[in-house]
Amino acid sequence: MPAFELFQPTSVADAQALLDRYGDGAWVLAGGLDSLDWLKDRIKRPAALVDLGGIAELKGIRAWQGGLEIGAMTTLTDVVRHPEVRERYSILLEAAEAAASPQIRNQGTIGGNVSQDTRCWYYRAGWPCYRAGGNICYADTPDAINREHAILEADRCVAVSPADTAPALIALDAQMVIRTADGDERVVPAEEYFIGPSIDITKMTILQPGDLLTAIRLPATWAGARFYFEKVRDRQVWDFALVSVASAMVMKGEGASGVIERIRLVVNGVAARPLRLQAVESLVQGRPRNESTAVIAGNRAIEGAQPLRFNGYKVPLMKNLVKRAIRGVEGGTWTS
Amino acid sequence: MDILTWGRNPWDQAILTHVSWDLMWASLFAGIAFLIAHAGYMVLSAHRKRHAAETDAMEAARTDLPERIVRHSMMARLFHWVMAASMFTLLVTAFFPIAGIKFAWVTWHWAAGLVLSGSILFHVIHATFWLDFWSIWVGPRDIPELKAEVLRELGHDVPGPRPGKYPLGNRLYHLAIVLAGLSVVATGLFMMKRVRTPFLTRDPYIFSDTTWGLTYVLHGMAGVSLVGLVIAHVYFAVRPEKWWITKSMILGWITRRQYLEHHDPDRWTVQPVPPDAVK
Repeated sequence: MPAFELFQPTSVADAQALLDRYGDGAWVLAGGLDSLDWLKDRIKRPAALVDLGGIAELKGIRAWQGGLEIGAMTTLTDVVRHPEVRERYSILLEAAEAAASPQIRNQGTIGGNVSQDTRCWYYRAGWPCYRAGGNICYADTPDAINREHAILEADRCVAVSPADTAPALIALDAQMVIRTADGDERVVPAEEYFIGPSIDITKMTILQPGDLLTAIRLPATWAGARFYFEKVRDRQVWDFALVSVASAMVMKGEGASGVIERIRLVVNGVAARPLRLQAVESLVQGRPRNESTAVIAGNRAIEGAQPLRFNGYKVPLMKNLVKRAIRGVEGGTWTS
Repeated sequence: MDILTWGRNPWDQAILTHVSWDLMWASLFAGIAFLIAHAGYMVLSAHRKRHAAETDAMEAARTDLPERIVRHSMMARLFHWVMAASMFTLLVTAFFPIAGIKFAWVTWHWAAGLVLSGSILFHVIHATFWLDFWSIWVGPRDIPELKAEVLRELGHDVPGPRPGKYPLGNRLYHLAIVLAGLSVVATGLFMMKRVRTPFLTRDPYIFSDTTWGLTYVLHGMAGVSLVGLVIAHVYFAVRPEKWWITKSMILGWITRRQYLEHHDPDRWTVQPVPPDAVK
């Protein structure tokens, strides 16, 4: 691994002072699971590593305005084990538990999970693609290997977001608390935290140099809603999502007469950012939660999808996951 | 300040990627510096135009000319404004994101590029077959006019040649915009193979890395040149003494007096109104 200076600050202010001092040469280390790949492959060669592991204020889960505030350096295991997450925000538990392996969840943090870089192997191999500041996408060429890449919102780059907790956080209408380089606090909806290549092709999130994600707030709005999370991957024990779906739904009435009063529906693994399917949400609101609504939702969800050479399977996969998110897994049929 | 940006391809060979975006700021600075310098010069200098008495006499002698003289046909004006709109769209979508104003620019950029390409193609055909093709170009025959214009700008009373349909500055600008515009359009059309459009299958391997690098550099060079050129064009379009030209690009015509004051009737011949048509 290339040599670098290691700093282990104990406060956010100290961490930001270091980021300011080293500028482009600084690298923020959370759990280290994304970072060490980059460093050991010698693709990234930062001058200074700022390890956030010693900052107590970034850790832990606390009550916040009827909801929860999760420190960005809280491990995924701690998120999964927290009783209130389990009881009121079980979708986040499912999403966090679907991330990687138990050992990785013990080390990986929720802040790192939502801020990690894409896993496109052309990019991770250090090739000079658009995302790396070049002017080519190696994954979207006639002979590219692009089974895991985007089917929606591709804009030169076809990489996808690997963050497992991201769709759940967007479904919960979570707020991302950012300490800007100026020391100000900025709170943005999780939906706006992630950005696609059309806005900035070299970044996955809105974090600017010197910014730190300090916490994630879960409002009470969707606590205890009817949740659905599903992640489809090649290896069940440890893999990134091919496609995942997360939904939070509130019903009006029960049984056959019940209709969907409000819903937030998010998919991931299909674009460079987790996509909230607002058009589908509008379409299903006021409709019963049944197969017919699910079919309408699934068909609407995949409108505009443009598969690459090897990822056409993602279109029916996404459609069926959206259908399952609407009507559940019981009694439904998987359609292509 | 860097001029070019280099990268390394998967075979670890050095390849050109594009021009340094420092050049965008340089072109912006050059354009603004030019307009400040020119505006200052115009305030302080004693540039000459044709004496009013001389123009009066010419106008009295040429009452056979129509009061409104067509300078730009409807089709020519349409081309100009379509091209202007597409050019502004191209510059905004190309350079605002580089300047830090982030938005989804790619589709707007190539769509505006296609509009510009189409309008240029139309213009070439229209100018070749329906307009006086050579009236906009410059050549050795324009050296006396250049000399006379420079002397007039320096405050001398020069009886020398006046421009034909287009002032010399106008023709020189046209030449610059032709070079920059054709470079940016030709390279841009090839670059559409690198992005996703409904028209082409994306394939960055039609050229080698070196050829692509040169394509991007030429596109970038022409693009940053257009920043300065467009600033200069807009500046001259809004200058009070040039406003009659701008107005003619909107309305299509100039007055008989403007024609006689600013042009050489021998180099831009206007057909007199038949005597029986004069009321």
